[in-house]
Amino acid sequence: MSKKHSKEQKAEPTLDFNSKLKYAAAPESASIANIKKQYDLYINGAWVKPAKGQYFETHSPANEQLLSKVAMAGAEDVDKAVKAARTAYEKVWSKMPAKERAKYIFRIARIIQERARELAVVESLDGGKPIRESRDIDIPLAANHFFYYAGWADKLEYAFPGRKPEPLGVAGQIIPWNFPLLMAAWKIAPALATGNTVVLKPAETTPLTALKLAEIIHDAGLPPGVVNIVTGAGATGAALVNHPDIDKVAFTGSTEVGKIIQKALAGTGKKLTLELGGKAANIIFEDAAIDQAVEGVVNGIFFNQGHVCCAGSRLFVQESVANKVIRKLKDRMESLVVGDPLDKNTDVGAINSAEQLKKIQEYLKIGVNEGAEMFQPSCSIPSKGYFCKPTLFLHTSQSHRIVQEEIFGPVLAIQTFRTVEEVIEKANNTPFGLSAGVWTDKGSRIFTLTTQMKAGVVWANTYNKFDPVSPFGGYKESGFGREGGLHGLLPYLKLA
Amino acid sequence: MAVKSKTPATEPKIVSNGNGSAKATEPRIAVWKTYKIYIGGAFPRTESGRYYPITLSNGNVVNVCLSSRKDFRNAMTVAREAAHKWASKSALIRGQILYRMAEMLETRGAQFREELQWMGMTEAQARTEVEQAVDRLIYYAGWADKYQQVFSSVNPVASSHFNFSALEPTGVVAVVAPEESPLLGLVSVIAPVLAGGNSCVVLASESRALSAVTLAEVLSTSDLPGGVVNMLTGNLKELLPHIGGHMDLNAFYLHTSDAAHIKTAGELAALNVKRLITESQTNWSSPDAQSPYRILDFCETKTTWHPIGI
Repeated sequence: MSKKHSKEQKAEPTLDFNSKLKYAAAPESASIANIKKQYDLYINGAWVKPAKGQYFETHSPANEQLLSKVAMAGAEDVDKAVKAARTAYEKVWSKMPAKERAKYIFRIARIIQERARELAVVESLDGGKPIRESRDIDIPLAANHFFYYAGWADKLEYAFPGRKPEPLGVAGQIIPWNFPLLMAAWKIAPALATGNTVVLKPAETTPLTALKLAEIIHDAGLPPGVVNIVTGAGATGAALVNHPDIDKVAFTGSTEVGKIIQKALAGTGKKLTLELGGKAANIIFEDAAIDQAVEGVVNGIFFNQGHVCCAGSRLFVQESVANKVIRKLKDRMESLVVGDPLDKNTDVGAINSAEQLKKIQEYLKIGVNEGAEMFQPSCSIPSKGYFCKPTLFLHTSQSHRIVQEEIFGPVLAIQTFRTVEEVIEKANNTPFGLSAGVWTDKGSRIFTLTTQMKAGVVWANTYNKFDPVSPFGGYKESGFGREGGLHGLLPYLKLA
Repeated sequence: MAVKSKTPATEPKIVSNGNGSAKATEPRIAVWKTYKIYIGGAFPRTESGRYYPITLSNGNVVNVCLSSRKDFRNAMTVAREAAHKWASKSALIRGQILYRMAEMLETRGAQFREELQWMGMTEAQARTEVEQAVDRLIYYAGWADKYQQVFSSVNPVASSHFNFSALEPTGVVAVVAPEESPLLGLVSVIAPVLAGGNSCVVLASESRALSAVTLAEVLSTSDLPGGVVNMLTGNLKELLPHIGGHMDLNAFYLHTSDAAHIKTAGELAALNVKRLITESQTNWSSPDAQSPYRILDFCETKTTWHPIGI
């Protein structure tokens, strides 16, 4: 692989996707979005103004336009929400027959399905992800998550043999900006099914679908205070985590913040689940179906602009097929459509925020300065908004920062290996342990790899698949506790 | 000199070790045991050369190793090496080794009963402590190849994939054993760690350390690979920062009722997102003292996906 490769590539007409294949724009209409000019806090079944009267702006990362103003919850507002949740827990939700509780959660699932297109458009507008993903993945999975956990509400005693499961009380939940509605569903659905009430804080840059979810929960007729949505930034989250009347904290986000939360909760007796960062290895053996593997690698790192905690951000290719895989990968990257998140042709949308774009660009510089060889496709990117070309780095080593640290962007670091032992050692040599991928045609090797990977989710001959019934969560510094499936109930229960 | 007597050494005071109570028809000088620590399958003294005395009910004084930070770190190194060895043994073999531990403990029952009485138990209490400890090992020996089936699942995902979740050991676990129950309490907290396929570094009861050292002798003759259990004697307050702050430790079981210790351990656990389990109950005869959910505390759920197709 020479550095001139991309120029040679342009000389080959078959690989020139940009001039020969022009996609006509196919934008999804934004008119369905129905975003209000301003959103208040959803506390105790009503929309209430923040005590300090502060609001923050949320923008579209694709064109930097103002979408709405959203209430900034302070400690007083968080306290009000926790009190509402406590009252709802004690007076209503914990006393309600489980089968009735279930029906409310089923209602939420159904209304999400009814308003699916609207939610998909808002998700793409507010967060920058391609409409293809929000429409086909985020929103259906969110609805299915509520549907799945609704059914558990009156069957909990079958999940934990020999034990009587009991709810914890009030759950404080903090979610990230990469899958805003889906993460809200992952948090709220199991908490409600197990009989807890909820105060949820969405991410600062992507509050809108959680607020739409508040509308849905309201329309579903849930008793006031069972779900409360408090929008804000880090200080709002800290107020929630440190509130003395919270029984449970569930956090999805960076390992850095997760450690701060774990430390803050030390000695408080609050139950905690953490779903944190990752630096997953995606491993291709020489006998793999190479085209499928390349597609899986692309999906593994460029899905949702790489804003995925389980993104396959480290690629390990067996030396004998490295040149072939890298050539095919570069070719595939040339065909990726980067641009307007609302365009149905778009593969890679907008980076979520200016801050995140800056962080990614810093890592690109670090990668080049560390001596790795950078490749980006020849596509153009919009002049407005926050965009980053899909990027790969060749000639990286274990000590490179782009190999060790979570970038949370469309940046892939490639290494080669010779033996099974070598790649297991390299793949596990990270403080993270969220996910891993392995591509090989040999069954026994799949099981060697999947059992040796120190990671909570392992995809063999596939990558980045999610399902409500499938437990998700990490080993080591990627967190603890599971979300999804039967296992996802346990973090919200005490077993008497 | 491991055991100091207040009485002259020539007096026919019999202290039996190991084979029940010997009867002296003639004056005989008893052979006393040095209570050492257990690291990597060997019985070294603490590298620090330090000791602390435990006065026994018979008036003897035992000098027990006051383990250091370095002892703990050495134990962590061998525990990490042993973790993979133990985890890769079949569930059947892990169960049989736990059962072998019960056999060894049963056959050395007299020695444990005697030591427990030296440390203040009545004969009846000591008998119950030993019998229940044996039974507890057998309980977890039986779980070793069953908890996986109880807690694993095949997950019916909507896409065309085969998807299952199974348990794996968390890795290396530090265990601060109960202070009051030096044998039953200790066995009750390490057996689930071992059944789950983890290796461990144990800090024994400080004031009643003898049973832990003798249990290490049981472990060393039970086909348990060296390094899977490492037994230290020492002071919790001194070692807590080094245990809690160790960056290669995956999980930490801490038996204490001291709120300050729990807070410190929690804060240190956050350094590398350790799983911290604290417990303060002291009734090791209660039904809650044994449970497969105690194994689950030291397991990670791994979910594996594979496409279904041609």
